[in-house]
Amino acid sequence: MLNIDQKIRVLVAKPGLDGHDRGAKVIASALRDAGFEVIYTGLHQTPEMIVNAAVQEDVHVVAMSILSGAHMTLFPKVRELLDGAGANRILLTGGGIIPVEDIEALESQGVGRLFGPGTPTTEVIDYIQNWFVGQDTF
Amino acid sequence: MNAVTGPLESALAELLERFHAAEAVALGRAISLVENERPGFEDFLHEVLRVGPSAARIGFTGPPGAGKSSLLSVVATIWRTRNEQLGVVAVDPTSPYSGGALLGDRIRMSDLATDPGIFIRSMATRGSLGGLATTTKEVIDLMDAFGFDRVLVETVGVGQTQIEITAAADTVIVVLVPESGDAIQAMKAGLMEIADIFVVNKADRPGADRLVKDLRQGLHLRVGTVLESEPVYHGLDLDRIRRKESGEEFKGPGWSPPVLSTVAQSGEGVEHLMDMIEAHRSWLEESGELEERRRARGKVRIQDVVDRELRRTAWHSDALLAVLDQGLDRIQKGKDTPYSVAWDIVNRLLR
Amino acid sequence: MSTIEKEASGSSELLVLLREQEAELSELRERLSRWEQSYAQAQERDSLFSTVSGREIKPLYTPLDRSASQYQDALGFPGEYPFTRGPYSTMYRTRLWTKRQFAGFGTAKETNERYKYLLKQGQTGLSVAFDFPTLMGFDSDHPRSLGEVGVCGVAISSLHDMERLFEGIPLNEVSVSMTINGPAIILFCFYVAAAEKQGVSPRVLRGTVQNDILKEYQAQHAWIFPPEPAIRCIVDMFEWCSENTPNYNPISISGYHIREAGATASQELAFTLRNGFEYVERAIARGLDVDSFSPHLSFFFDVHNDFFEEIAKFRAARRIWARMMREKYQAKNPESWRLRTHAQTAGVTLTAQQPENNIVRVAYQAMAAALGGTQSLHTNSMDETLALPTEKSVRIALRTQQVLAFESGVTNTIDPLAGSYFLEALTDELERDALAIFEEIDCLGGVVPAIEEGWFQREISMSAMLQQREVEAGDRVVVGVNRFTEGSEEDEIETLRIDPVIEESQVAQMADLRAHRDPEAVERRLRELQESSRTGENLVPRILECARVYCTLYEIRRAMEDVFDSYKEPVFF
Ligand SMILES: Nc1nc2c(ncn2[C@@H]2O[C@H](COP(=O)(O)OP(=O)(O)OP(=O)(O)O)[C@@H](O)[C@H]2O)c(=O)[nH]1
Ligand SMILES: [Mg+2]
Repeated sequence: MLNIDQKIRVLVAKPGLDGHDRGAKVIASALRDAGFEVIYTGLHQTPEMIVNAAVQEDVHVVAMSILSGAHMTLFPKVRELLDGAGANRILLTGGGIIPVEDIEALESQGVGRLFGPGTPTTEVIDYIQNWFVGQDTF
Repeated sequence: MNAVTGPLESALAELLERFHAAEAVALGRAISLVENERPGFEDFLHEVLRVGPSAARIGFTGPPGAGKSSLLSVVATIWRTRNEQLGVVAVDPTSPYSGGALLGDRIRMSDLATDPGIFIRSMATRGSLGGLATTTKEVIDLMDAFGFDRVLVETVGVGQTQIEITAAADTVIVVLVPESGDAIQAMKAGLMEIADIFVVNKADRPGADRLVKDLRQGLHLRVGTVLESEPVYHGLDLDRIRRKESGEEFKGPGWSPPVLSTVAQSGEGVEHLMDMIEAHRSWLEESGELEERRRARGKVRIQDVVDRELRRTAWHSDALLAVLDQGLDRIQKGKDTPYSVAWDIVNRLLR
Repeated sequence: MSTIEKEASGSSELLVLLREQEAELSELRERLSRWEQSYAQAQERDSLFSTVSGREIKPLYTPLDRSASQYQDALGFPGEYPFTRGPYSTMYRTRLWTKRQFAGFGTAKETNERYKYLLKQGQTGLSVAFDFPTLMGFDSDHPRSLGEVGVCGVAISSLHDMERLFEGIPLNEVSVSMTINGPAIILFCFYVAAAEKQGVSPRVLRGTVQNDILKEYQAQHAWIFPPEPAIRCIVDMFEWCSENTPNYNPISISGYHIREAGATASQELAFTLRNGFEYVERAIARGLDVDSFSPHLSFFFDVHNDFFEEIAKFRAARRIWARMMREKYQAKNPESWRLRTHAQTAGVTLTAQQPENNIVRVAYQAMAAALGGTQSLHTNSMDETLALPTEKSVRIALRTQQVLAFESGVTNTIDPLAGSYFLEALTDELERDALAIFEEIDCLGGVVPAIEEGWFQREISMSAMLQQREVEAGDRVVVGVNRFTEGSEEDEIETLRIDPVIEESQVAQMADLRAHRDPEAVERRLRELQESSRTGENLVPRILECARVYCTLYEIRRAMEDVFDSYKEPVFF
């Protein structure tokens, strides 16, 4: 029987009310081109919607793009809901216009790396792939 | 490797317990287990499938962008107001170049995104061609066993026949749009054979009425009777007429696929579609067709598993791989052919 | 040539002249081909010679690149048909562009203070940035607003907030532009009602509301209702404004967001103008006289990095608009042919790395806007990719415009680059591109069907992907990002932060408002609005009534949504 390589499943989500999905779409396409299975949620998602999708889709990673400045509310909220749903193994990462101090604060709250505007997509891909190695998963 | 014997490994046993406790996370994980064919997945399915099928399995197929997800979402929303528990599997294609996939069907269902009574799972085809992924049927089984009243399946959007869906669903809905062309094209694509219900969606666009009429005529032609003035559904049973005429054995009333039109966005025609789904269900149950379809599915599943196991046994065995290797050498020297080597391997397998 | 020759045959003098010209041209062709041969030997730098939009640029342009059309036809005079050289006859010699910095954050009271500061600094118009909840039609105390109140703009949930926003700012004197689309008709009514409270009649209000829903579906995604009812609201505003606010632009047809989402210059140009024509067609279909509303249609373009292509874009836009309005839509009033535009430097070109470099980018882009003949301009602040701009960086951005206007000398003559072989060739090319794209859209059945098909969205994503690839491959140089990166380790630059207390105070305000208004009036007005939404009568007077009795943004939105439904996004990659 063929040995299918483990696919990395990523939920690319646009939480909040801002509609700037260029970054989210570019990253979703780049991840697909790197061989990931990407579930795209569409715009204007609430944290509850995102976590529900992450659980049903059993993704390894949730990547959120936030340009609205609401990152200090949204990242911790999604992390909390994920943990509450028994999905603490899921990596929460993302990007947007996020000041350095905030990135540090969020990392200390269990959020993975966050990427600023202009980050090459390869950097994000490498980060996820490296994280994935050594994850114990189906 | 060894099919369905001893107790489950402890991690899977725990998963099974949480699965039986109807935890959404457990279903999500169980689907991954099956989808990735991880060790023990067949044992897990064996445990889970002891209850036997009970959900109504409804498939949506049709060309890309026809509105499969939109329609599915509308009917799901209505069933949810009746408090039916729903599972949804939506399949999108894997890119042949990168092996990756963009799964976007959820977007259409965002109204149901936080409803705990519906579970939506996206799957990539991962190289399988029939419009479903290789393990979609098993995932449907999982959802059925999880206790959903209905399991809805959306195939990949392709124009050609998606035979796979007929093996996966009890009721197959073929969704077309006015731009899809005419009945001849639908026939060539093999859609006439697989549809239990035809839907012409985007009926707000020009050409919908024409396609509806065209399809109805096409269906009449198929059963060899042209009765233009009569609507195809509502009591008229062409299949039965045909069978009677040809003196074939009569096995209960037949089913002639109705042709409906809908506008997913406004919900126009959707109630009618749902009535037809119910009607088809009743017919399936009353005519014995449901049992037949389930039997056919069971047969295919057994054959699939046997194929898979044989293949696995053969190609995971060092001894047999060695026979293959030596065979290749002998072929090169002109002492053997691929056939004689294959027979050698099969004989050893059977021993 | 031959007819001219025939006509000229009477006059031997002319014939001689023609022969001379002919000879000169063929010599030019010959010399050009020799030059090209020698150029072909050269070792070019290892660099892309295409614009950011992927347009190939030749090493040299000559008179041979000029289109055949005559000067008068293609260029004409400023302020005259086809307006290629500028919408007004005197341009910056009599009046500079309006320096209009987009601003808004926190509560109405804080933004009000920022406005007063900006006016004192010499800014000549106000531009309101609303927060995301407001843009999407949610009140500050709605659960979906959590974490976003006042963060990226000012929170305006009712007339009460609008009154505080302009407290002490005379609305009969300052022109105000409001960037709002989905609920534009509601915020516009808050604004008119706030002016009433100041004793200012709608007739003297000056300014613009963005109100361009088509580009929301295509690129920016701040929609509420589906296209048809949304367009109806816009036409309602055209109609009402043409009768009540003679100095106000009820729409700013915007390419900015289309470009920022990844479109090329040609796509920005074509999509924007085609959207404009769509509104014109819808208003005509309603029975409005094309010359009653067209003079009040205004535009908003992006100014991106590619200097000449951007200048050409503005010029091509004016020419296409004028020609179509006159020829296709039969507008008689020259005001209807005249395309006036706001411009903003390209936010997407700003980099988080070495943010000070952004000042330089913005300066070049601003110069392109001035050379393109814009009527008003927003220059981005260098720190906008990091957070909301600080007062200092906003000041530098404004100073950039002032240096341009008062020191550089580009304002001394009108359309100074006209006649440049290169620029005129580019202008013609962009025009041709746009006309081809119009045809494609028509083949898809028009703008709304193309939106529903996801055509615009796909086109834009595709362009965005191509640009991203060029940058990632290192083919497209981005200074400080993929080249010259020494010093790019995140500089510590001071950023402005929004205090979370703002959300609480805004929520408290809302509770207070709800407690102190006349609940019966609120309910009655909302019911009437809903009724009118069903019947198709003009909604502006109805929403104004709602505003006056302090119905909130979300209440008004809901009343309409019950009738209109909400828009579901088609997603395409
Ligand atoms: N005009 C019209 N548009 C519709 C209708 N139903 C769906 N659409 C639109 O058609 C587009 C595609 O709809 P989907 O539901 O995603 O179609 P699909 O068949 O699931 O597409 P794939 O999964 O990509 O094959 C969306 O933009 C819908 O809004 C309809 O009845 N009328
Ligand atoms: Mg779909």
